[in-house]
Amino acid sequence: MSDAPKRTPLYDLHVELGGKMVDFAGWEMPVQYPMGIMGEHKQCREKAALFDVSHMGQVILKGDNVGEKLETLCPQAYATLKEGKARYGFFTNEDGGIMDDLIVSNAGDHYFVVVNAALRHQDIPHMQANLDGVEVTEIFDRALVAVQGPAAENVVGDLCPAARDLKFMETTLAEIDGVQCRISRLGYTGQDGYEISIPEADAIRISKLFLAHDDCEPAGLGARDSLRLEAGLCLYGNDIDQSTSPIEASLSWAIQKRRKEEGGFPGAARVQKELAEGAAKKLVGIKPEGRAPARQGVEIQCTEGNSIGAITSGGFGPTVGAPVAMGYVSAGHGEPGEKVNLIIRGKVQPAEIVALPFVTQNYKR
Amino acid sequence: MAIYYSEEHEWVLVEGDTATVGITQHAADQLGEIVFVEQKEAGDDFEKGDEIGVIESVKAASEIYAPVDGEVIEANEALADNPGALNESPESDAWIYKIKLSDASQLEDLMDLDGYKALIG
Repeated sequence: MSDAPKRTPLYDLHVELGGKMVDFAGWEMPVQYPMGIMGEHKQCREKAALFDVSHMGQVILKGDNVGEKLETLCPQAYATLKEGKARYGFFTNEDGGIMDDLIVSNAGDHYFVVVNAALRHQDIPHMQANLDGVEVTEIFDRALVAVQGPAAENVVGDLCPAARDLKFMETTLAEIDGVQCRISRLGYTGQDGYEISIPEADAIRISKLFLAHDDCEPAGLGARDSLRLEAGLCLYGNDIDQSTSPIEASLSWAIQKRRKEEGGFPGAARVQKELAEGAAKKLVGIKPEGRAPARQGVEIQCTEGNSIGAITSGGFGPTVGAPVAMGYVSAGHGEPGEKVNLIIRGKVQPAEIVALPFVTQNYKR
Repeated sequence: MAIYYSEEHEWVLVEGDTATVGITQHAADQLGEIVFVEQKEAGDDFEKGDEIGVIESVKAASEIYAPVDGEVIEANEALADNPGALNESPESDAWIYKIKLSDASQLEDLMDLDGYKALIG
């Protein structure tokens, strides 16, 4: 494997648009364009933004009873995932920690899975080794483009009327300018929008068609991070990892009732125990009262001065107009409204625990 | 009056034994949109190379290092309410400190404008 960062099918477009390219998880990706992170973030909240997410792993699963077999690796109810539907989930390890988070779609004759860029080399062998009788194929010849924001329905729907008929977490195959694409109504910004899997040869042309819409501008990884943070969505490697359980990560909403009751996934004993008795720590939203952003690693203390946890993601929230953060606090803490102190560069900065998300999600249900 | 530049992308405008210190437009452009500035207070003294503040952009936190020895006479308080001024006018209104120089001979270690332009290419 070469050390040089890889390029997505949209690389030339990023350069043409003035993208500031950085190495991210082994991929040369735009962190921002000339508009800047703040402007790109607001563009996505107010109109529509186009993101290249082709660095994520796209995987096709074929075989009998794929959904049931996925349930042996994930705590989600994938056996009952209906055709045309997508569901957020995660792989758990034997200790109940999260190996990666992912999106699984039932595409009818196959399942379509999207995993994190940095973990494709873990996840694909994991599925190949553990999904008996399932053909696991990573796709390398398709770009993945996200169009997100309140205007996304028009940006995508003007070129592909079928996209308008999708509801949140639905997926379909449809033509865009004569090219068959997989269009899914989902994303990771807290906004309505789509992720579109496009054959690589057509990726730049179709992206430019989206960008030709008055309401659509390109946005980079910087805005993607501040958008998902305001939306209260976990970033693997920051907020969740091999040691954190889904219950600690406040992801119990993503485990369906039957799976909570029946178990039958790696680490189920820990997850069920934490569901019953509570977890040792939990992920919460934290709003600093001052203007200093609280970044990953900042210590969280209770007002009596004892350490109760640490920030896992934090920065400035352009829509909130103030710093926002997420972090873990130990059991007995974490009710919205609780006052805490953050230790930023040795100084005590007051903050408050708040309910997530920081901004209202506006998915089309 | 003479203006000097540091390798840490600061400018130092010297008037007698006092100076005004800020970051260059190049530095501001590299940092991206600035959302918070942490400053020392009047009366704080420091040595060359000390961390004398932090600038937070939407992307990351970056330290400000003292270009010379000195003492803070005044911190620009306008930056607390309007940190974005550092992106707009870092080489004029959005100065960071007025300082008293402890050792004017240290200025000789800094660059002139031509030297700084050569540094940033």
